[in-house]
Amino acid sequence: MVTLTFPTWMEPYRALATGKMTGDQWQALLRQLIWPVMGIATFLLLWQLAAQRIDTSLGQFPGPVDVWEQAGSLVDEHQASRAKEAAFHERQEKYIASRLQQQPEWEPVYRSYTGAPTFFDQIGTSLITVMSGFLLASAIAIPLGIVIGLSSTAHAAMNPLIQLFKPVSPLAWLPLVTMVVSAVYVTDDPLVAKSFLTSMFTVSLCCLWPTLMNTSVGVTSVSQDLTNVSMVLRLNALSHVRKIVLPSALPMMFTGLRLSLGIAWMVLIAAEMLAQNPGLGKFVWDEFQNGSSQSLGRIMVAVIVIGLIGFLLDRLMLMLQRALVWDKSSVQR
Amino acid sequence: MKALLELSNVGMKFDTPKGQFEALKDVNLKIESGEFVSLIGHSGCGKSTVLNIVAGLLQATDGGVILDKHEVTEPGPERAVVFQNHSLLPWLTAFENVELAVKQVFKKTKSKTEIRDWVEHNLELVHMAHAMHKKPDEISGGMKQRVGIARALAMQPQVLLMDEPFGALDALTRAHLQDSLMEIHAQLGTTVIMITHDVDEAVLLSDRIVMMTNGPSATIGEILDVDIPRPRDRLALADDATFVRCRQQVLQFLYEKQRKVEPMPKRNSENAEAARKRA
Ligand SMILES: Nc1ncnc2c1ncn2[C@@H]1O[C@H](COP(=O)(O)OP(=O)(O)OP(=O)(O)O)[C@@H](O)[C@H]1O
Ligand SMILES: [Mg+2]
Repeated sequence: MVTLTFPTWMEPYRALATGKMTGDQWQALLRQLIWPVMGIATFLLLWQLAAQRIDTSLGQFPGPVDVWEQAGSLVDEHQASRAKEAAFHERQEKYIASRLQQQPEWEPVYRSYTGAPTFFDQIGTSLITVMSGFLLASAIAIPLGIVIGLSSTAHAAMNPLIQLFKPVSPLAWLPLVTMVVSAVYVTDDPLVAKSFLTSMFTVSLCCLWPTLMNTSVGVTSVSQDLTNVSMVLRLNALSHVRKIVLPSALPMMFTGLRLSLGIAWMVLIAAEMLAQNPGLGKFVWDEFQNGSSQSLGRIMVAVIVIGLIGFLLDRLMLMLQRALVWDKSSVQR
Repeated sequence: MKALLELSNVGMKFDTPKGQFEALKDVNLKIESGEFVSLIGHSGCGKSTVLNIVAGLLQATDGGVILDKHEVTEPGPERAVVFQNHSLLPWLTAFENVELAVKQVFKKTKSKTEIRDWVEHNLELVHMAHAMHKKPDEISGGMKQRVGIARALAMQPQVLLMDEPFGALDALTRAHLQDSLMEIHAQLGTTVIMITHDVDEAVLLSDRIVMMTNGPSATIGEILDVDIPRPRDRLALADDATFVRCRQQVLQFLYEKQRKVEPMPKRNSENAEAARKRA
């Protein structure tokens, strides 16, 4: 026999459906659904009221309804652009096929479609960039954090540098990174765009620190008892790190990784805006420069999407943390 | 019979911000193979320090420890330690905790299945077979302590060192574990050094009770032989003449000869008085 078990958060809805609500379940329903919906509704109302009173040089500030319309038109533009691209490829195929029939020895030249990136293309670019930057930062920060945590010499040597560079804003790094990438990354056949590298390195430089700090603190705070166990067992240095230090530090490490990913996303948008590198930041900047009557609405769509993606990235890390970390109490909301 | 373990003129000085602190001075002790020895003394006298020196976790500043003709210079699994607060790795199950130790000690001599059997055997010895795939978070304090003991036993140590192994447990669980420990000691004949605060526990379990003087410069005050035949039964012993006499002697040592006089902390009412005057 199969028994259906509901996740606990669904319990109130089941009770509502079967008409058996307890006081606690009403409370849960209020907390989970009714209050959040009320909060959002109030916000939308205030937004609408405020928007009507703000006149900018680009017209009235967009209210929720305008923004919704702009979101729809961004979807339409994307679909139109995809259709154009498909049509272009179809034409090209036809042309090549017919020419090959006349001149079988002709080497066909394939061109790729060069339309302007749509809003959704920009989202894709930003996501790829932020993940690359974050992974690069983690690949540096985790091993370095372990070394700093294990060796007080390394800690003494690195700490001043960490304290110095940690508070630096991405905007200060950006010109340097741009110049260095231009100078160093010279190839005729670039695998990836320079702008991608610039954004990625800037993101890495800025989001390195929380992972680095948290990993090193996690490693330092391995309990003396467990270190004693390791000594009695005569674990060698490698097993000591693998069996004792890393698992102990894992909860702290994940806290750091989550903070890092949040910072990475914030930094990326700023960097894209400033350097006009492809991505959501550039979309916002272009719309701002464009200055049509729809621009503010479109920027507002971007703002909401940026927030939503940031939130989803954080949830993703939270899920990973829940799945991988042994100390469930270390997983905060 | 030649002693298995010998402490000669062991002394320990700690460097503290307020200068050197001599915790131990001239500790001399010989322990024979298979003996069960308890260390008893007031809090802070240096029992853990003695045990940690034998374990190799601390280096004596004077004298030394010889185990089976070899000087002790570093920790090792032949001197397994049962720590006061179990010290299990919280991310591993009971089985995996014991397995880590077994793999480390018998990597070269036991096959995979032999290792698994040996881990299970030791968990059965402490009656933990039913919960061996649970993590430390999911089992009670007494069960964690059992797993800690199983982990130490599984290393087949020459000496088993226990620092107040039952200190944090309630009286019933403690009695239960004491019985298990006596059983295991009878079965395996392991040499044991155990620190305890509990006089009854010391008399019930030990062949000899080593009583330490108060620090600083603590040393061994008296050593009491407990001549009670084994197996011992806690109920029958309650009015056994030897048991009562031994108990009496330890109590006398602790509360007459080595009475601990500690200044009482300042009472709150006095502080409150002073605060009121200032205001
Ligand atoms: N690392 C250290 N540095 C300085 N002093 C220390 C250090 N370790 C222990 N001591 C001192 O040595 C003395 C003995 O400590 P120890 O922990 O051995 O006592 P103990 O008998 O085990 O006490 P308890 O029964 O409370 O566990 C204490 O006065 C303690 O303050
Ligand atoms: Mg102690």
